[in-house]
Amino acid sequence: MADKVLMKGNEAIAEAAIIAGCRHYFGYPITPQTEVAAYMAKKMPKIGGCFLQAESEIAAINMVYGVSSTGKRVMTSSSSPGISLKGEGLSYLAGSDLPALVVNVQRGGPGLGGIQPSQSDYFQATRGGGHGDYHMIVLAPASVQEMAELTVKGFDLADKYRMTSMILADGTMGQMMEPVSLDFDIKPQPEKPWATTGTKMEREHNIVNSLSLVPEELEMLNMKRYDRYKIVEENETMYEEYMVDDADIVIAAFGIAARVSKNAVNEARKQGIKVGLIRPITLWPFPKAPFEKAAEHAKAFISVELSMGQMIEDVKLATNCKRPVTLCNRVGGMIPSPEQVLKAIIDVNNGGVK
Amino acid sequence: MAVVFDKPHALIDVPLHYCPGCTHGIIHRLVAEVIDELGIEGKTIGIAPVGCSVMAYNYFNCDMIEAAHGRAPAVATGVKRADPENHIVFTYQGDGDLASIGMAETVHAAARNENITVIFINNAIYGMTGGQMAPTSLPGQVTQTSPYGRDPKHCGYPIKVCEMLSELEGPEYLERVTVNNVKNIRAAKKAIKKAFQNQIDGKGFSLVEVVSSCPTNWGMTPQAALKWIDEKMLPYYPLGVYKDRSAEKEAE
Repeated sequence: MADKVLMKGNEAIAEAAIIAGCRHYFGYPITPQTEVAAYMAKKMPKIGGCFLQAESEIAAINMVYGVSSTGKRVMTSSSSPGISLKGEGLSYLAGSDLPALVVNVQRGGPGLGGIQPSQSDYFQATRGGGHGDYHMIVLAPASVQEMAELTVKGFDLADKYRMTSMILADGTMGQMMEPVSLDFDIKPQPEKPWATTGTKMEREHNIVNSLSLVPEELEMLNMKRYDRYKIVEENETMYEEYMVDDADIVIAAFGIAARVSKNAVNEARKQGIKVGLIRPITLWPFPKAPFEKAAEHAKAFISVELSMGQMIEDVKLATNCKRPVTLCNRVGGMIPSPEQVLKAIIDVNNGGVK
Repeated sequence: MAVVFDKPHALIDVPLHYCPGCTHGIIHRLVAEVIDELGIEGKTIGIAPVGCSVMAYNYFNCDMIEAAHGRAPAVATGVKRADPENHIVFTYQGDGDLASIGMAETVHAAARNENITVIFINNAIYGMTGGQMAPTSLPGQVTQTSPYGRDPKHCGYPIKVCEMLSELEGPEYLERVTVNNVKNIRAAKKAIKKAFQNQIDGKGFSLVEVVSSCPTNWGMTPQAALKWIDEKMLPYYPLGVYKDRSAEKEAE
């Protein structure tokens, strides 16, 4: 087994990106993800890469658009208010079918909000973030190890499906330190015959573009893009199940909320309550199947979130509202404690799980 | 029989969508001729803006990218930095794109002396959306969104891009040209060629502002529009070299 190193989540993302072959990073300072930029600023010049601090989030995402057009792996990272500014670029990346990795280390909002952890950009991330019909592959790490692993995976998926992969982390994941193994199986990058690298007078010119003024053609482009999304849904959905098989109550939680919830599940089990946890790792595509299956035996669901209740809508959709789904949450930079989640479990249990 | 006049290879032989009398066609041709003459078509990547020239990707034979409104210099930065040795990158932007919504990208690309070539078309109006006030519309100029004439007390003064950027340490070369007669067209081509040659030589950010006409939205015949450039545009936007760092160094 490879040696482990102690790293902050944000640093793990940066190092994993470099290992994955990313040599271009563009960003703008914002708490709590600035360590990604700082790490890249130190490392990139030493390995022939390019770190450039952009004049704005808008410029950064468009620099990403430029590098991606040439077929190279490229990333940016930010936190909630900055991601809003990148929304335009995210839409253009989708419209031009360009791969990219975008990291959102979420903080409390709306507006300038705060700088403490949050999961309140779930809607923005899973529904696209910018204008138009599109999706990003949204990956939700729950450990520093996963911050690194999902970064590598994110680049692979982005290239494979010509989509943006978004790491949807939160301030806790970004700031906490854990031992990480950086021993990854790096797959060769796919050929990108569509890239604008100069014709070398050997081929027709390539065009990277999202404009399509003929409605029939634009409709077809959208349909074809959604055919591709369907393949992503079928093949790339990821989740973790914990004690779900015999559970009467199933918790849905991702990221830091899932870690807190796992402690509460263990405690509840000690008290004889049959509770389990489904932790979506891909938030889009959302893992509907395990929820459908759990709804066959579970009598109630609890969505534990650092938001006013966003993922809960997907849980209700996945279970077709067959069972009651309640919300257990903290917001504004607050994190639910295991005791709060345990209380929610006990309340649901006492409420006579009907 | 010897061919004495032909379409440049870098320009695709298709009808352009521009209005009759629009100077985009002339400027496209000048850029294409320069690409041919420098033998760089195979390594050139052009960035089209949002505006009338949004579909320039259908006209240039080199690889092309269509950027979000105003973001062409940021996209160009990415393309250039992806492979600085092997990519020649130019943006082709109008006044709304470059001097209004994309001003930050313009200024910072210039400040970084980003090694790219910027062709800036200043016709003092938003053409594609049907003739609204531009950041370069002249005081008193009547447009759809300044129907009583641009009132500087209400919406400020037009921006002189070359003059403004010339205050920065960053950029290598800034020149304003026009294409309203043969003499000026020849001078414009010389400037455009220099702006590309600077990039080949690694000198950095080179911007050529081309004062252009928009007969349709100015509500004039093509001939009257070309005359209006001389009478109204050039007094506010004087032609000339606003910065040429290499030439300044040689002179020292």
